[in-house]
Amino acid sequence: MATEATTVYKKRANFSRASLPYLYLAPAFIVMGVITFYPLIYQMIISFSDFALKDLLHGLSSTNLRWIGFKNYVDILTGGLPVQDFAFFRVLTYNFWWAITNVMVHVPAGILIAVLLNINGLWFKKIYRAMYVLPVMIPTIVVATVWRNIFDEQYGAMNQGLTALAHLFGSGQIVQIRWLFEYKPPIPWLLPNAPLPLAYYAMMIANFWLGWPFMCLVATGALQSISRELYEAASIDGATGAQQFWNITVPLIRPAMIPAAVYGFTLSFNLFSFVYFMTGGGPARSTEILVTFVYDLVRNLHLYGAAGAFSVIIFIVAMIVFLVTNRITHATASYSEA
Amino acid sequence: MAVATQSQSKKNFLVRFFTMDTSGGRGTGRKLPLWRQLVLQLLCLLLLLEVMFPLMYVITMSLSSKTERPTTLRLIPNEFSLVAFKQVLNQPTANPVTFLVLLRNSTLLSFGVGALALLIAVTAAYAFSRFNFKMRQVLMVLVFIPLLMPAVGLSAPLFLLLNSVKFLNCGANVVALTPFTSCVAGVTGKVLFNLRDSLLGVGVAMISGALPFAVWNLKGYLDTIPKELEEAGKIDGASSNQIFTKIVLPLATPQLAVTFFLGFIGYWQEFALPWLFLTKPSNYTLSMTLYNMVGQYATSIPWNRFAAMSIIVAAPVCIIYIALQKQIVSGLTAGGVKG
Repeated sequence: MATEATTVYKKRANFSRASLPYLYLAPAFIVMGVITFYPLIYQMIISFSDFALKDLLHGLSSTNLRWIGFKNYVDILTGGLPVQDFAFFRVLTYNFWWAITNVMVHVPAGILIAVLLNINGLWFKKIYRAMYVLPVMIPTIVVATVWRNIFDEQYGAMNQGLTALAHLFGSGQIVQIRWLFEYKPPIPWLLPNAPLPLAYYAMMIANFWLGWPFMCLVATGALQSISRELYEAASIDGATGAQQFWNITVPLIRPAMIPAAVYGFTLSFNLFSFVYFMTGGGPARSTEILVTFVYDLVRNLHLYGAAGAFSVIIFIVAMIVFLVTNRITHATASYSEA
Repeated sequence: MAVATQSQSKKNFLVRFFTMDTSGGRGTGRKLPLWRQLVLQLLCLLLLLEVMFPLMYVITMSLSSKTERPTTLRLIPNEFSLVAFKQVLNQPTANPVTFLVLLRNSTLLSFGVGALALLIAVTAAYAFSRFNFKMRQVLMVLVFIPLLMPAVGLSAPLFLLLNSVKFLNCGANVVALTPFTSCVAGVTGKVLFNLRDSLLGVGVAMISGALPFAVWNLKGYLDTIPKELEEAGKIDGASSNQIFTKIVLPLATPQLAVTFFLGFIGYWQEFALPWLFLTKPSNYTLSMTLYNMVGQYATSIPWNRFAAMSIIVAAPVCIIYIALQKQIVSGLTAGGVKG
């Protein structure tokens, strides 16, 4: 570009070109530096201390602060925290299972429904599309409260519906399933390290309601960008609809769906307000995920040091997950490889 | 399509389901046979029922005049009482705060965070999309950290950090800004402004959580803007900053709107951080009042008012969505599909 310019000019131009991206990134990193990285480092520091309510006023300069090395980490991993019903690896296993099963249900459902709504000549398409997305717009706290109500033992819609169904089949029984409080896992062999109580299934149903519309939205966008000629060419070549689906639709929406699935995974993995309001992690912490537990440590138990250590552990876990999924995303996202 | 479907009639339903023209085109395709149309309509209606079931439950409750929890399942309102709506509009909380104040706070917070996050995110997204520099990969991973480490997990140090920024009135017309300056030794001073206990502070704390999605969504879109346009600008003598502000930004406007809105849904509903940080009722937001109703007095939730408030909080988001529907659908995937 600057072939005829003097060397000085070239150097200056090179310098400003080289520093330009950093200039553009500066605002983002200044904000994150204060709001994310500083607290993260602070958490790391206090994770080696017994930081508690007594130290809140003076922070790190508090005279009562004792440095206890890796005790918080050891306590968390071995169950030495003064907290009932807590086993780190059980919660971790559950958290992963929760996120993975959610995404595995939401993504295919979203794609199938998007395909359904993309059928040529279907009536009321626009109305369905507009209505189906409503769950995304409702505040999570409302969603969780309503679903908690639906799964209520006495007055919940689910039990009432099942009772009506039982009547239909001639049984006079009143169904009173303790959806959110029954601890005994209905399918004990599924995930033996982290028994899945009924509440898990109830939450899967509720989160299904919340989760597929977003995936459907993404899939709809992706479907609409596929050129019609591809399908026409395929049908001229004699490809069946199923072949078209697997050989045109799936590969072409994959680049859009994989990042959405990764995003959905991290979202489910840290789905704080939904879990917090639906079950509060109960019964007996069996539906607790990592973030609800750390919130409990801070808000109710005021064990800031332990919470710091816990946050660091969440961070490491999430980072590993992110790097792995990022790998997968990048490996498959590009158009040419798909 | 027409050729292929002729011999399909004996195949099973699933196969036939996918033999339908799902390319979404208009006009050129054959008409859907009526029975198939009806089966599909039934499927769509079932899905609609699934979606509307909890929503109808809320709507029915909001139109009830009773505050108790309904004991029978009712999805179609049997009374149309606007008592609950009137009550939450007149006095949304137990505190003497008007609905308009809550609305103003929610609006300020969500628009402020949205606008600022967008500004920061679009410059970062531009850098990631257009420049190849050292540490690019590392920095991109760093941008995603707020997604991995939600603000709830960092709330304790954030609280301490924001809480340390205060304007103090030390008396005798001396104002100190801690932690940078402080009153004379021995004088504690009266707190005039505490960043932690303000909408500004909460907004600052929310911005970084907004960045990952915004950067990701915008970068995907910027990747699709042809480089040739920028090269043409360069030949015409535009500087790098001019290329960004005069060429790239205008082209990205639709995507900026979509990203803003998708983030806006989140900030509009955010209650965890405001609830942890804010203490003055005059700073409360609409979604905090929802939490106020179910969080603390969980045993005696005023159900009809809660439902009415839910609808009021959800309404603006729904209205904006319906207005922007088309742009949102294409904007969400612009990056993924073409990049």
